[in-house]
Amino acid sequence: MSNEGIASTLSDRGYLTEKGFHSWAFTLDHKRIGIMYIVTTLAFFLLGGLLAMLLRLKLLIPGPAFFSDHTYNVLFTMHGAMMIFLFIIPAIPSSLGNFFIPLLIGCRDVAFPRLNLFSYWIFVAGILVTIGSLVSPMDTGWTFYTPYSAQTAAAVTTLCFGLFLVGMSSILTGLNFIVTIHTMRAPGMNWYRLPLFIWGMYATSVIQVLSTPVIGITFILLAAERLFGVGFFDPAKGGDPLLFQHFFWFYSHPVVYVMILPAMGIVSEVIPVFARKPIFGYKAIAFSALAIAFIGFLVWGHHMFVSGMSTVSGIIFSFLTFFVAVPTGIKIFNWIATLYRGSITFESPMLYALTFIFLFIIGGLTGLFLGSLATDVHVHDTYFLVAHFHYTMMGGTVMGLFAGLHYWFPKMTGRMLNEGWARSAWWLIVTGFNVTFFPMFILGVQGMPRRYAEYPAKYQPLNIVATVGSWFLAIGVLIMFANFIRSLRSGDIAPDNPWQGLTLEWSTSSPPPEENFHEIPTVSDWPYSYGKNTRSERAK
Amino acid sequence: MAAYRIYLIVWGVLLVLTAVTVAVSFLNLGLWNATVALSIASLKAALVALYFMHLRHEIKLVLGFAIFPFLILGLIIIGTLIDALYR
Amino acid sequence: MPSKHESHKGAPVSARLGIWAFLATELLLFGGLFTAYAEFRLAHPDLFHLEHLELNRLMGALNTVLLLTSSLTMAIGIAAIRQGRQRVLKVCLALTLALAGGFLFIKYLEWSEDFSHGLFPATNLFFGLYFMMTGLHGIHVLVGMAVMAWLLVRARQGAFSPEYSTPVEITGLYWHFVDLVWIYLFPLLYLVG
Repeated sequence: MSNEGIASTLSDRGYLTEKGFHSWAFTLDHKRIGIMYIVTTLAFFLLGGLLAMLLRLKLLIPGPAFFSDHTYNVLFTMHGAMMIFLFIIPAIPSSLGNFFIPLLIGCRDVAFPRLNLFSYWIFVAGILVTIGSLVSPMDTGWTFYTPYSAQTAAAVTTLCFGLFLVGMSSILTGLNFIVTIHTMRAPGMNWYRLPLFIWGMYATSVIQVLSTPVIGITFILLAAERLFGVGFFDPAKGGDPLLFQHFFWFYSHPVVYVMILPAMGIVSEVIPVFARKPIFGYKAIAFSALAIAFIGFLVWGHHMFVSGMSTVSGIIFSFLTFFVAVPTGIKIFNWIATLYRGSITFESPMLYALTFIFLFIIGGLTGLFLGSLATDVHVHDTYFLVAHFHYTMMGGTVMGLFAGLHYWFPKMTGRMLNEGWARSAWWLIVTGFNVTFFPMFILGVQGMPRRYAEYPAKYQPLNIVATVGSWFLAIGVLIMFANFIRSLRSGDIAPDNPWQGLTLEWSTSSPPPEENFHEIPTVSDWPYSYGKNTRSERAK
Repeated sequence: MAAYRIYLIVWGVLLVLTAVTVAVSFLNLGLWNATVALSIASLKAALVALYFMHLRHEIKLVLGFAIFPFLILGLIIIGTLIDALYR
Repeated sequence: MPSKHESHKGAPVSARLGIWAFLATELLLFGGLFTAYAEFRLAHPDLFHLEHLELNRLMGALNTVLLLTSSLTMAIGIAAIRQGRQRVLKVCLALTLALAGGFLFIKYLEWSEDFSHGLFPATNLFFGLYFMMTGLHGIHVLVGMAVMAWLLVRARQGAFSPEYSTPVEITGLYWHFVDLVWIYLFPLLYLVG
């Protein structure tokens, strides 16, 4: 790069030009709001990760060690609640979704920019209240089942209020995205020319809007139990503790699809670009996102097989659970078909996208053992379950998030990441992740329960393996973050389209101007027309 | 005013239906009490939705937004009740 | 059915989609309470039969009339501003507010009477449901009143016109939804034993 080129591009920082607290705190720019969400959610990823490191430290020793069992229970509660509510649910939708939905559909902002800003600040308000509950921390597990959560002396009511606010942020963001996608597409951008990330985000947003209110009423009712003595969940008053679980899981199952669908959308974007091949089965991938969202509402009872739920319900929910694997499998086959005979390169976004596919296959397949009523009796609430959801949530969503961050880092910041550092980090993360979590499948089948601070000595060897794995994972994550920070200051200046992508965000500058496009584009093409023999696709 | 006329008519019907449902509640019809009351409530709700909320003249997309959530609501009620009834 | 290309009257499509999506969340929020009602009614039919008689049917009916009328005034107000009739809008907003206030006042009387008879949320499952459902509903009435008061202030500043009635329209939809919830709460709590 010539010096003149660097000087002229450095002076054009696009949407990042204006500086100062006011320009960020009161911004209506979806890109800045997305950046604020990225920083906030990643901060909780690191904090939640630190808690995980402490848990794994304790688990090196079968008996008492380092801190009390009660502290251990508090730590895994905080780890779960923080990771789920403050990191993984908002991570892709509110950050990358916010930043890129308007860019990908060719408009200047979301449908309701002020609502978008309000969503961010109510997220922050919820975080502060949730943190406030730490004066008397819960040890209920992130699922805070009754009766314990209704009776324990911890600051449960405060947590309910805090998470209620966080949930409102999720709802309003989803609402904003649905209306945006329906009403603000660029001229010529019909539904079948939408990038697959948008289809994924649309399905995600529908789930957010329809399921989150149910956890909202759950928080309200739990608070009412504690504050007013209402007995909905209390058997002594004629109530039903399983009603809590029905409400809780009616949200918490669909929410795992809120976690995974955006990540799948990112994979659908990255694979064609780095295989230089049109996506295979565009419509199948698009509709499978909607199918996953819908079927996701039918299966919540598979979290309750051993809780005292009726066997009839167990059979119905188990039967329905198998169906969700079908659209998921369709996506995986289509990604692999896209790779077949592609011209594949292994830049960091592609490394993470491929990692997603590999690890999510493991996570998804192990879900079958859990969804199967009979086998679940054996593995429920064991480390088999812990491994399953870490393979899907971390091996899936977090790898998808990392893929998106690496893919879109140049667009958001105007800088390229250091590929050498990225690659080193990736090796450590993938190796560390598998060494940490794969042994847990074995531990679970051997009978080690989850949420136990102390365990029989026979489980120790694999626990040591897992803990050592977590150290590699942590180092890898830290190197990745160091790469982000370093590249922000001194990375190579990014061109408009470093990956030669065909979606609309690459047609504007890196970083984009505040108004996204100097001129709103008119779309006449499918965004996946990569490679030589694509005349038939261009005709779409 | 012509524009208001339909609203006044609907309001009148709603009041009549309210009177009917209260009157019926004083009779002992066993299980039919609930059926009648909820049917009348649903009729009232439909009138409010169609006329006051303008659904009668709305585009299909908005109608979809209005109707689809009831499916999800039905899911949670049915799913919970199947469990509760068969324990 | 009219075409997709709306006239300038009424709120734009994005606003209508937005408010209906929000009402979907409200439906699911109250939905949890309706689910609890369904389960407990089936599990404890005698309790419900006995306790619902403690409620004053006529006060409940009066409240129903008040809310239905407030929906009428809201609908008329919106029709009025679509035709530029500022004064009718202002009168209707004020009437809606008054009727909503009346609703809350009667609720206050009912709750006071219940408390004086020793009936509290913790007393039994029926009254737990009664207070939670009417309480959550009452909060929504209060929020609606706050928004309508703000609309009235803006209306008096001449903010609304046939070209711009969006805030009134979407508040109207919210308010009708609040009415809809009560249309179901009334028979479920007061009439069906």
